[in-house]
Amino acid sequence: MSFETNHTSRRDFLKISGKTSALLAIGFSLPIAGKAEEIKKLDTSALSMGLELNPYILISDEGKITLFNARPDMGQGTYQSLPLLLAEELEVTLDQVEIRNTDGQGKYGSQLSGGSSSIRTRWMPMRKAGAAVKEMLIKAAAKKWNVSEAECYAEKAKVFHKPSGKSYTYGELVEEASKLEVPKDPKIKDPKDFKLLGKSVPRPEIPSKVNGTAVFGIDSNVPGMLFVSIERSPTILGKVISFDGSEALRIKGVKHVIKTERKMPHRAVEAVAVVADTYWAALKGRRALKIKWDAEGSDKISTDKYFENLRELAKTEGFEYKDDKAGDFAKAFGESAKKVEAQYETPFLAHAPLEPENATVWVQGDKVEIWAPIQGPDGLIPQVAGYLNIKPENVKINVPFMGGAFGRKAYNDYVMEACHVSKQIKAPVKVIWTREDDMTQGPFRPGMLNAFQGAFDAKGALTAYNHKIVGGSIQHQVFGNPLKNVPDDWAGEGSGLGDSPYEIPNRRQSFHLAETDIPIVWWRSVYASTNAFGHESFIDELAHSAGMDPLAFRLNLLADSPRFSRVLQKLAQKSDYHQKLPENKAIGIAIARSFATIAAHAVTVSKQGDGVKIEKVVSVIDCGMTVNPDNIKAQTEGNIVMGITAAIKNGITIKEGKTEQTNFHEYNVLRMTEIPAIEIYVVDNMEAPGGVGEPGLPPIAPALCNAIFNLTGKRIRTLPFDIDKIV
Amino acid sequence: MAKYSLSINGKKFSIEAEPDTPLLWVIRDYVGLKGTKFGCGMALCGACTVHLDGEPIRSCSTPVSTLKAANRITTIEGISANTDHAIQKAWIEAQVPQCGYCQSGQIMSAVALLKSNPNPNDEDIDAAMSGNICRCGTYPRIRKAIHRAADLIKESGNTTGK
Repeated sequence: MSFETNHTSRRDFLKISGKTSALLAIGFSLPIAGKAEEIKKLDTSALSMGLELNPYILISDEGKITLFNARPDMGQGTYQSLPLLLAEELEVTLDQVEIRNTDGQGKYGSQLSGGSSSIRTRWMPMRKAGAAVKEMLIKAAAKKWNVSEAECYAEKAKVFHKPSGKSYTYGELVEEASKLEVPKDPKIKDPKDFKLLGKSVPRPEIPSKVNGTAVFGIDSNVPGMLFVSIERSPTILGKVISFDGSEALRIKGVKHVIKTERKMPHRAVEAVAVVADTYWAALKGRRALKIKWDAEGSDKISTDKYFENLRELAKTEGFEYKDDKAGDFAKAFGESAKKVEAQYETPFLAHAPLEPENATVWVQGDKVEIWAPIQGPDGLIPQVAGYLNIKPENVKINVPFMGGAFGRKAYNDYVMEACHVSKQIKAPVKVIWTREDDMTQGPFRPGMLNAFQGAFDAKGALTAYNHKIVGGSIQHQVFGNPLKNVPDDWAGEGSGLGDSPYEIPNRRQSFHLAETDIPIVWWRSVYASTNAFGHESFIDELAHSAGMDPLAFRLNLLADSPRFSRVLQKLAQKSDYHQKLPENKAIGIAIARSFATIAAHAVTVSKQGDGVKIEKVVSVIDCGMTVNPDNIKAQTEGNIVMGITAAIKNGITIKEGKTEQTNFHEYNVLRMTEIPAIEIYVVDNMEAPGGVGEPGLPPIAPALCNAIFNLTGKRIRTLPFDIDKIV
Repeated sequence: MAKYSLSINGKKFSIEAEPDTPLLWVIRDYVGLKGTKFGCGMALCGACTVHLDGEPIRSCSTPVSTLKAANRITTIEGISANTDHAIQKAWIEAQVPQCGYCQSGQIMSAVALLKSNPNPNDEDIDAAMSGNICRCGTYPRIRKAIHRAADLIKESGNTTGK
């Protein structure tokens, strides 16, 4: 699964590159007489058809090189990693270039940071784009020197003539190069010749993130802008019956009190906005509002009732994922000698990125300009255009850094809201959500129930496995996909046959749709986080039921999956899995493939009073060829911390239509005092690159709970749990 | 509205604001220094940490009216002129930030820690840093970078960290 639809396979790429030879629109912004027409030609005619690879590289005649990053950076590192793909083939280093984020225009292709897709889908296209420009620059130099191209090479933004030692900077070659035909199939490097990829190159934006100069969405500043705080329905369903803004308007600095709305994909929620010349005045004005809400229907909405419904749905057959290799679960289960069953529940969660949702928007007639932390500028353009009923080309988007996102900022309600307010008051506005808004309003990771059945034959072989995925469907709610008589094709991530290679001859997997009014959305690793908790806990339960060591049990089922086996074996070695631990310590493991990457964790826990302490996490991640190994480690560290938080800290609960957690005192996250020792090992191989931003998360909760079982004999089947009270 | 005279990063600012306005918004929207961040508004996350006379405080919960002209306020922009405070050097070396949003606050807490305790052990770091949330989970690197910064300060012999 993926909400990323731009899976660029090799075949796709050849098609694209053929169509869009002009990616080199090295065209640049050359203010040279006589060039304008040619540049125009490159920029429009050749590039206007279909999905384009295009001006990711700009070179000015003065030698200024600009590389474009087409995936907004929320901390996952695309601000470096995508330009690095270009730089490797272009033979430049990042300190020689300026990096700019793309603005959502169609010519840059899909720009959604999501589904851990950036490197997976851009690995070849970006490298080819860099290689094509390099070839043209070399050709241009050879022409100017009147020598053979074979005698020339590129290095550090210059082309050299080997025999004479002469050189040209890229800037000196750009005019000549722009007259050349773009190579259709440029030669890319053999990975053994990589100078940048696969090395831990320091990220270029880090200095700006330690001195306060990095610009996040919330730092946007438009002259004359007003600040906005919005009171939205405190219950999930709610309409404004009436409101009185007179007291709010008496607060110094408050300019307007207006009715507005929060437009979510599946419905709009009514709200009242306070607009002021400072954010503090807007907040105070909001507190002074008197609003009468009609909350009809909200009293029936609660997470308790939602989970009761899931438990009922788990008794049904659901809709089965079709798979020719799945065998016959019902028959094998019926004929089995020993049956094991278990159900696992995972809570609703808020993303709680440390930068709350915010958007600065200026609607001017039929045009709008947006400055906001967003994961997908290309998807935002048609949404905003449709919402404001203006032309897509009149939507201008500026993409700053995001202060965390985790999926939340690929849901654009907060941008639309700012559009609604700016349009009404005809001024630029900055809407900032409070932490309470962020936590109580959702959308949330959907609460899920995963139900399993497993069975052994008389010889003790695991012959049957059933997995029911029960819960809300994100695509059903967000995209209105009706899902009539079919399973949700995203919901198997991390545990379906494609992701879990355990050889079990008879398998069944089904999806059981729970309709809900609670707003839901993708949350870091989406369904993989909830599936893997059930799947890898249950595999562990089966191992214990078979009287086998959980590692050996898994390896037995992975005889034909050497890549998985190697990850587990490396994990066993690095975690010293087979060592004898003292009575008060135990180790547990879990492995999951998600977003085309395999990640495995070994967690060591110790007894601590009535609870346990997480002593250490050792991880092995196999994401194929790497861009920046140190960043892969960083992302995996982050996934471990976020995954432990999701396992042992508060979930989101809703009662009578109201979210019960409002800020970090009620929705705790892991802090410095609670961090175990973490060791990450990145597998070095030549497999195609997989995702990095999410795959480290799914296996951490089951590895932790498997360790706790090994230590205490207590099997944890519901998250979150209180780690200080296990026994 | 009332007038306030503030000293921020060694410069004097004259501000006209409501007395209950949190220092955070004064720094960000009146003075225009955007490195200090809003995270929770309740002194729970530490993203807004600045120094008041060298001590870390949560600017989101500090009304401007409680400050005096003689108070020295330091923000992330004021800890070094060239991003070369030992803490910043160590942060870059360890590639600490992911999204980076909480890091101004983390760094302000860490600078204060090293000033009062040039050789902190892990427990000291826990105590000084547990008020700062990092949702990206950079804690292991923060810990490592604080130890490294302590070493850098020792090596340089300059206890100000600069």
